Amino acid sequence: MKRVEILAVCSHPEILQTILRLIANTADWNATGAETEEQALILLGKQYFDLVLLGSGMDENSAGRLKFAAPDMKFIQHYGGGSGLLTAEIYGALYQ
Amino acid sequence: MANTVLHKADTRGFADHGWLKSHQSFSFAGYYNPARIHFGALRVLNDDTVLGGGGFGKHPHDNMEIISIPLEGDLEHQDSMDNVAVIKNGDIQVMSAGTGIYHSEYNKDKTDPVKFLQIWVFPNQRNVEPRYDQITLKPEDRHNRLQQILSPNADDAGVWIYQNAWFHLADFDKGISTEYALKTKGNGVYVFVLKGDVKVNDQLLNTRDGYGIWDTDNFTISAETDAGFLLMEVPMEFKY
Repeated sequence: MKRVEILAVCSHPEILQTILRLIANTADWNATGAETEEQALILLGKQYFDLVLLGSGMDENSAGRLKFAAPDMKFIQHYGGGSGLLTAEIYGALYQ
Repeated sequence: MANTVLHKADTRGFADHGWLKSHQSFSFAGYYNPARIHFGALRVLNDDTVLGGGGFGKHPHDNMEIISIPLEGDLEHQDSMDNVAVIKNGDIQVMSAGTGIYHSEYNKDKTDPVKFLQIWVFPNQRNVEPRYDQITLKPEDRHNRLQQILSPNADDAGVWIYQNAWFHLADFDKGISTEYALKTKGNGVYVFVLKGDVKVNDQLLNTRDGYGIWDTDNFTISAETDAGFLLMEVPMEFKY
């Protein structure tokens, strides 16, 4: 099965680490983290991500710039800080 | 004509972690049902039992309105805003996670379990400053009437959150009936039965059943037995 590449963008370092750890629990998902819009823009320019999770600290302007930089990628807002919603959010975005 | 959805108690997700038993009305953690992701802005309704001495260690949240309602026993709360508190049966606790919050919730008792509802509502603003509050409710204020326990307004009854949502608790004697008028057009109400049997219009509900109703201005709720229930009015469409 093709590995699903996920970019998690979150300005809160500890929450970002939680998100990355939870995503890594699913064998076919691979997560890369970015704490700032600038880091995310660099990563979006280097590789394709199946999904971009926008977490805490990303306002509408930041989200808009990231989406503009990667119009062929799927973006979703992540809520809850890497807790019980994360899996459903990713499944919903990828498979529905 | 109102739209409705019925979630019988035994169709909820269930997780048993030993120290925690959790019945989940909507997809949560390892329970994923694409037909049950949320009811409008209501995203999580977990009916949790934590064994004596157990609890949720320090963990983060962001951008979520988190409401806890103890049903039996006491929960000990600590968070990254230096709040240390005990929430008891009869209290309601609210956190706006906003830009990020850490908290832990432990059963204060070493032997008896604590039972509580964990409710998450999508906020209508992202990245707000985190906040915490808790209040003690008067049980007599919900005997045979609706007791507002949550609203969008800081100066209204109950706690408040960043969403156009209103919650009410009630303990009705058998035969008591009332009409609920929705506060805002476009909202829906998720009814959760805490004990006993109730009817929402003509729909019979039993203990721990959930029932969503929307595209209506009002509905009737009546107690078929002595009954307790929670009404959660939330926007059905919202920006997030």
